[in-house]
Amino acid sequence: MMKNTTPFYNEMTDLSGDIRPIYQRYADWLRVNDSATLERKGREAELLFRRLGITFAVYGEADGTERLIPFDVVPRIFGGTEWRRLETGIKQRVKALNAFLHDIYHDQEILKAGVIEREQVLGNAMYCKEMQGVDLPNHVYAHIAGIDIVRVAENDFYVLEDNLRTPSGVSYMLENRRTMMRLFPELFAQHQVEPVEHYPLMLLDTLRESAPLGIDDPVIVVLTPGAYNSAYFEHAFIASQMGVELVEGQDLFVQDQRVYMHTTEGPQQVHVIYRRVDDDFIDPRAFRSDSMLGVPGLIGAYRAGHVSLANGIGAGVADDKSTYLFVPDMIRFYLGETPILQNVPTYRLGLKDDLAYVLEHLDELVVKEVQGSGGYGMLVGPTSTQTEIAHYRERILLDPHNFIAQPTLALSACPTLVDQGVAPRHVDLRPFVLSGKEIRMVAGGLTRVALKESSLIVNSSQGGGTKDTWVLED
Amino acid sequence: MLSRTAENLYWMARHIERAENTARILDVAHRSALLPLDIEATEAYLWYAPLNITGCAEAYESRYGLARNDAVTHFMTFDAENPCSIYCCLKAARENARAVRGAITQEMWEVINATWLEVTRRSQDTTGDGNADFFDWVKDRSHLFRGVTLGTILKDITLSFIRLGTFLERADNTARILDVKYHILLPSVTDIGGAADYYQWGSLLKSVSAFEAYRKIYRDVITPSKVAELLILRDDMPRSLHACLNEVEAALSQINGGSGHEARRLAGESHATLHFGRIDDVLLQGLHQYLTCFLDTTAQLGREIGQAYLSRNHLGRFSSMSKVA
Repeated sequence: MMKNTTPFYNEMTDLSGDIRPIYQRYADWLRVNDSATLERKGREAELLFRRLGITFAVYGEADGTERLIPFDVVPRIFGGTEWRRLETGIKQRVKALNAFLHDIYHDQEILKAGVIEREQVLGNAMYCKEMQGVDLPNHVYAHIAGIDIVRVAENDFYVLEDNLRTPSGVSYMLENRRTMMRLFPELFAQHQVEPVEHYPLMLLDTLRESAPLGIDDPVIVVLTPGAYNSAYFEHAFIASQMGVELVEGQDLFVQDQRVYMHTTEGPQQVHVIYRRVDDDFIDPRAFRSDSMLGVPGLIGAYRAGHVSLANGIGAGVADDKSTYLFVPDMIRFYLGETPILQNVPTYRLGLKDDLAYVLEHLDELVVKEVQGSGGYGMLVGPTSTQTEIAHYRERILLDPHNFIAQPTLALSACPTLVDQGVAPRHVDLRPFVLSGKEIRMVAGGLTRVALKESSLIVNSSQGGGTKDTWVLED
Repeated sequence: MLSRTAENLYWMARHIERAENTARILDVAHRSALLPLDIEATEAYLWYAPLNITGCAEAYESRYGLARNDAVTHFMTFDAENPCSIYCCLKAARENARAVRGAITQEMWEVINATWLEVTRRSQDTTGDGNADFFDWVKDRSHLFRGVTLGTILKDITLSFIRLGTFLERADNTARILDVKYHILLPSVTDIGGAADYYQWGSLLKSVSAFEAYRKIYRDVITPSKVAELLILRDDMPRSLHACLNEVEAALSQINGGSGHEARRLAGESHATLHFGRIDDVLLQGLHQYLTCFLDTTAQLGREIGQAYLSRNHLGRFSSMSKVA
């Protein structure tokens, strides 16, 4: 395997090896605490996580196998100033994405103006024609968005992906913080870390604001595919943190275009559903008829405006990797602003010139499926063998439209506890953005870290871990 | 509350209680095995008792044949294929808890999850600390679960469904233990007050933590009718039928909902019989008949609770209580 040798931005030290000011206090602490202490704390953290049952199921493994996502005890730190710039950029992006979704399901001004080709939107498998003309409260489709961001230089942040369907990971953001505070109280005494614990309350406010018109005190539920879903822990966690019921499809039914849940006191109407079930499975009557996870008739109730879904149906057309390309244009078109965060330059293999270029440079690029996720089915050119590249090339040629390619980014690295002690490992960041009547965020997010040396894949399904993310006043 | 949530809370509590009672039943069997048998009792005679109490003698025989100490012990502790084993009860309780994680407190979940992790470890550990230690551990975990529940959870219908499960299961178990043990012990009562008698009845009382209570209340030799009175009618005895039905009735009165009339009526009727009953009448009727009748009522009550609160049949779809384990 080739090593990724591109120089990368080190979050803690600058090029001359000096500690960056924002990490100074932490580095001082690290100097007097050897890695044996950190390892002990790491083991303690693992015990805590296992006792709490913060586990996920790995698809394709023996049934019921529960794994822990590795947790790294070294925090990733942002300064307040750089964070506020990031935050403004992220909110700007989410605002434009929601405006785009409202537009394409209504007047389609952006298509009429020729900013995006009609085919790109209307021909997209994720475009949901059932949503055409349906008015949603606050015109919001993506109430909860997870924007994946990587850093390549001090002031250079790129958005990798906008997750607008059912982004997960927020429970790890919250549990990582709780665990850090339990393991290292002295560090929190020394650092003024911005809190993230109020996220569930912000989510609850957002969901309340998203209730159907005229419902002042909505009944809110979290809809999960069930205890065997890989993210079940998170669904249960969020429901209990908000103090609302966690329901499965079988707990709900629709009558006269209204949604009810079966309770011990009889049927009770539900107004807002924070659903963690994909579009395709949510209503066997409207979409996949073989779905056991959904609620027959739900889409009818939704279109009639008697129940709100978060996220809305049809948001997937905006987080598709080929639509991604146009997000900066959306920001200019809807908001009249200059995009604060950059897009990674992206080649669309459906275009002849792009395809030719990419096939020539497969060993330098990252190639992804347009609708893939979780780090599955992608090719990281610089770390792949000739055979792997050759195989992938054949896959591309079968259906070039289904792929995009991007240059390999030099992801920033953050000190991380590994077998050899504390060493830099590549990280990304997923902050969570809530959209109701206003757009809200906590100062922080989920930092994912590639634990293998020089690896750029941070997904938990591919051996990635997570870290607590700190925002400090600078 | 969601019907499915109520169902899982109810069964979570029943499974924990069942694990505890199984541990108690096995504990007393192991203690009895240490005593000299004064009749032509065989080993099998002694080891059928735990199987008969839990109603799984047939399942056992089809796999292991005659009842033997080690086979019965394994079958009822770690056997993953016996749905009544302690291992399976704790597994089922954890599955129930996991399905309603949002409805129970963090501490409750941690107790149940840690119990499950530990029983998994013990089931693979061949150098275990012995049976007595394991039975004590199971009882401890059940005590801990009840304590954590009472100490952390909101006193709303979440607690009511948990209490309902706990005490319905406990009533069922106490009645079964008494029924089976009484039959084994009666023929052996040669001289009332004799040493063997003291130990045998003593071990029955110990299995339901009633030995000290007996001495405190009766200050007398152990007689079958007083044991029956203590475990059936005394409402200050925490594992007696009367005490259990007090709790069941109280829990049901906390749960609203129009369709629970029959469940409340049955619980009330059963409770009244215990409340106003006299031990002489019970014995006159025949203890076995009395307890059989009680067990039938309890089973019927379980079905009514399932119909009224736990199944999702509001649209006229009647689903049977398939989860009755």
